Amino acid sequence: MDTSAGSKGFAVKTAGLTRSFGSLTAVNHVDLAIPYGEIYGLLGANGAGKTTLIKMLTTLLAPTSGDAEVGGFGVTLSPAQVRGRIGYVPQLLSADGALTGYENLVLSAKLYGLPHAQRNARIGEALTFMGLADSAKKLVKTYSGGMIRRLELAQAMLHRPTILFLDEPTIGLDPMARHSVWDRLRDLRHDYGMTVLVTTHDMEEAEALCDELAILHAGRVAVVGTPAGLRAGLGAGATMDEVFAHYAGGGISESGNFRDAVQTRRTARRLG
Amino acid sequence: MDRFLRESAAIAQVELIKLLRDPTEMVSRAVQPVLWLVVFGQVLAHVHGIYTGDVGYLAFITPGILAQSVLFSAIFYGIAVIWERDLGVVHKLLVSPARRISLVFGKAVSAGFRGLVQAAVIYLVAFFMHITLRQEPQAIFGVLAGVLLGSALFSTFSLIIACIVKTRERFMGIGQLLTMPMFFASNAIYPLDIMPGWLRVVAQLNPLTYLVDALRGLMIVGGKSVHGYGVDFAVLLTTFVLLLLIAVRLYPTLVE
Repeated sequence: MDTSAGSKGFAVKTAGLTRSFGSLTAVNHVDLAIPYGEIYGLLGANGAGKTTLIKMLTTLLAPTSGDAEVGGFGVTLSPAQVRGRIGYVPQLLSADGALTGYENLVLSAKLYGLPHAQRNARIGEALTFMGLADSAKKLVKTYSGGMIRRLELAQAMLHRPTILFLDEPTIGLDPMARHSVWDRLRDLRHDYGMTVLVTTHDMEEAEALCDELAILHAGRVAVVGTPAGLRAGLGAGATMDEVFAHYAGGGISESGNFRDAVQTRRTARRLG
Repeated sequence: MDRFLRESAAIAQVELIKLLRDPTEMVSRAVQPVLWLVVFGQVLAHVHGIYTGDVGYLAFITPGILAQSVLFSAIFYGIAVIWERDLGVVHKLLVSPARRISLVFGKAVSAGFRGLVQAAVIYLVAFFMHITLRQEPQAIFGVLAGVLLGSALFSTFSLIIACIVKTRERFMGIGQLLTMPMFFASNAIYPLDIMPGWLRVVAQLNPLTYLVDALRGLMIVGGKSVHGYGVDFAVLLTTFVLLLLIAVRLYPTLVE
């Protein structure tokens, strides 16, 4: 795969991307091509390989085989260049509760090398964009779940990344907070032209937010398409839940492991 | 170099803010060295059970207790790192373009802040117990340098263990298993001369011995470094650099 900068057309492109843990193949020969400027959904049951895939695309995990380009750079050969072009909001709540919102953003600004002269203006802009300007000096542990997620989005957008990766960003949020996060993601795409890759197993979220979806099952891409196209493909009147059940294995999910469950519960608990 | 320092300073600064905002941990960690000096040290000094030459036993163990405090507060640093992993903080740090060595070095520096607080506590307790310590600026500067280096070394060691064991439960067990042998297999509370031969060999391989040795020369009036300050600091620095390089390799594996 060409790993030089300027790979045209796709924000994310994977070829045969595979990751194994011992005898378990968590991601199995995944081929994806995500155009710039899309909000792209990655769906799948627990343990389908979404988080492993996103970890490889964000350079947290090396592929066992295959390769991926993110923002025109190979995740294996040029991880530093990839990191400079992406923003990431992990499934877990990663904002530091012992710091204020402003201090969390200052840390991000420094780690992303924002010039000192631009730092305060960018932080102010991000806080305003996320509706957190009035809470900037409060400790994050006093924030609501929705505010923490918006702060994390502010951290992820501070350096104006080309591509934003969000791992189940609305898990545990109440409907109001969830819609607020969706609105901000649409604004980010509209105002800054960011490509957004979001993992979810919330079908309402997938349909409302995403231009295109890939459903993963057992580490493989089961299907790719627009929400409307996937529903139409299943027959008139099909719902996204039926689409998900059809492609993601159907029935009661036995997938996911203990760690997944603990992480999900921990995130939900922190969100209150 | 500028970028390395800027990124490391950003990590260290955050830890400093948190430490100053919630000093509970610092206060609780101050209890143990006070007990060692006030109870253990006084009793052993009273019975004259350990020969320490011209230096009184309380003065003799004061640098050892400081080194022990540095070790104990730094060695459980890995638990905080595992906690950060569980909260997703490590994920976010590793996805940033900041270099891994800056992230790990920044953590090591921030452990040094806790060590400096321990040093202040020990000096304060020593003052109230009428233990006379050296007060020349160069000696105090040397103590601070030793404490920073020791904290950085043991916290990086702790980070490595955290990267290997990956869970808090396992870490607690390993941490207990390592700290007490490291403490007793050193010259912290008795001189190397009175150890059996095999233990002396182990102590010579233990970085804590070199920290105690340097601190003993720098803190005690009339005290001296057995190995020489050059050897003590060279051993500490070399060990730290080696551990740092290992930690830089292992830190990203925390999120796999």
